[in-house]
Amino acid sequence: MAGQASVGWVDIIVILAYLFVTGYLGWLGYRGTRSAADFLVGGRSAHPVIMAVSYGATFISTAAIVGFGGVAGLFGMSLLWLTVLNIGVGILIAFIFLGEPTRRLGHHLGAHTFPELLGLRYQSRTIQLLAGALIFLFMPLYSAAVMTGGSVFAATQFGIDFEVALLLFTLITAAYVIPGGIKAVMYTDTMQGFVMVFAMVFLLGFTYLSLGGVTEAHRTLTDMADLVPAPLAQIGHQGWTAMPAFGWGAPTYNLWWTVITALVLGVGIGVLAQPQLVVRFMTVRSRRELDRAVPIGAVFILLMVGTPFVVGSLSNAWFAQNGPLLYGKAIETIDAGQDRALVALMRENDAGAWVPVISAKTEAPAKAPLIITERSTARDADGETFELVAGRGATAVYTKGDADRIIPTYITAAMPRWFGVVFFLALLAAAMSTISSQFHTIGTAAGRDLYERITTRPGQSREPSILVMRLAVLAGLFLAVTISYTVRQEYVIARFTAIFFGLCAASFLPAYIGGLFSRRVTRAGALASMLVGMGVSLFWLTFIKAREASAIGLVQKLTGGKSSLLADYPNWPAVDPIVIALPASLLTLVVVSAVTRPPDPEHLRRCFPQRRA
Amino acid sequence: MLGIDDPLVVAAYLGAILMAVIGLVYGIVRRNAARDEITQEDRSWAIEEKRVDDEL
Repeated sequence: MAGQASVGWVDIIVILAYLFVTGYLGWLGYRGTRSAADFLVGGRSAHPVIMAVSYGATFISTAAIVGFGGVAGLFGMSLLWLTVLNIGVGILIAFIFLGEPTRRLGHHLGAHTFPELLGLRYQSRTIQLLAGALIFLFMPLYSAAVMTGGSVFAATQFGIDFEVALLLFTLITAAYVIPGGIKAVMYTDTMQGFVMVFAMVFLLGFTYLSLGGVTEAHRTLTDMADLVPAPLAQIGHQGWTAMPAFGWGAPTYNLWWTVITALVLGVGIGVLAQPQLVVRFMTVRSRRELDRAVPIGAVFILLMVGTPFVVGSLSNAWFAQNGPLLYGKAIETIDAGQDRALVALMRENDAGAWVPVISAKTEAPAKAPLIITERSTARDADGETFELVAGRGATAVYTKGDADRIIPTYITAAMPRWFGVVFFLALLAAAMSTISSQFHTIGTAAGRDLYERITTRPGQSREPSILVMRLAVLAGLFLAVTISYTVRQEYVIARFTAIFFGLCAASFLPAYIGGLFSRRVTRAGALASMLVGMGVSLFWLTFIKAREASAIGLVQKLTGGKSSLLADYPNWPAVDPIVIALPASLLTLVVVSAVTRPPDPEHLRRCFPQRRA
Repeated sequence: MLGIDDPLVVAAYLGAILMAVIGLVYGIVRRNAARDEITQEDRSWAIEEKRVDDEL
């Protein structure tokens, strides 16, 4: 029966069996052909399905499904613009235009990590160090987002504490990542990809069916626009099938700038500069394999990202029709004809009297717009009788405003019990493939990009330190878990993901793309653009972007309590750093390259050998 | 259209599907168009990559 959060023996057995199969496949892979490099060495081709699904599984994690799906549950289908970019940019542009040049350049230069690719292309140890440092310091943020996503789901589905779920998740991750299971074991990734696809197709179909079909489901959601909670309506929320209100200069447009710049653009463009994805292109056999992987990647991403966003939004319609009843006193009529009212939520105490529910966030009585279905009389704490109403509302009312719990709460409430377990396994699969690539990247950033570069002189042959890599992975894991444990408010999964993606985009994208296609970009230009991108992004996050700045805490000291240096100038505090930092770093790349010495022609010939006709 | 009143949201919904269709068409049209050969340089790279992977 859906709706029961608890862990049963069957659940444990299914999960253990799944982990065993994953471990077995990983071990099988360990003994035979496993990574994409193995395929290349052997001169064979990984099937394009494997290459595409493996790439997609690395790209898509619990952050996308739980984190951004939850944000779609809060803010609505405007998030689908991110799906458009995820496919259009993350797959089409990346595979078609960047994949082959990256592969060729990486092979010409002998680069095996993203910082190494940049460092060798620009013949600059500093660039490699800078990139390696940024990855090592900030990738744990993204890892934390992924771990929080998986733990929140497990906590909701199995009725355990978040901390316990996080601990279990950490142990599984450590067991997978530390002993050396961090190779891109493509068969495991692919099996996990299929589990993910099945889960999403079922979720989407079930949701649409239970709401009466595609158009009917959307229509219900559209007609619920007046149930948007007041705090969201005040920043521009116009309903879950509408874009937020667009404009500039007033807080009532904040949501538009948050959704479009931070969530859509930050992640949508940032995917192109994700180190753990860029290196994948170097392991591809040929242009032909890339071309064949495009359709599979595109459909996979559509399912993995489009589904949570659509389902997250539609969860509001589901809860409004089928959710548990909420009780309280009507304080304001929203639409008398459709029985919609703003209700002060109440609960019955042990004495049988009705008392207000206090919101933990505002420490004031909780209020929510509801569709009223029942009315009766009851007594309040003073013994006075009043009209008690019962009704249902948007998903956020049931999760008390916590976006990260929207997808787990919906699946636990609406889906069959067995599906909740399958979905958990799909999430585990998504998380494991992403986390393993993240920690592989952290490990190589520390061991190969930082340690090796710092300790060897140019010209010396280098040996990466395995101990340093392993320590870095441990440190990164510890950092990620700590972040995950301490920071849990305000759709943090999506925010941390967007921060990391945006930082990578502003810091790396101009130098990376310039390095792939232009002979005129110089070492100084690349270095300057990276510094500007990083610097502007970090400054903006610390002092301008209200949500992050107020969490970091420095800006209040400078402004006497405000959450942003531009707090009096809406909507700047809602604008994502990428809007400023990426153009700034691009401009820096162009200008500094124009006024500094061009690269050595011999080196350029090595990077771009003449192709024979 | 499709039960959604905001044209920009409809555009996003259909746009996502369109992107996937473009990907499908591209992959079908170009499935044999590019060269598919591995150079010695590619192989050397792969051997070094294996070595890095193995160490980690």
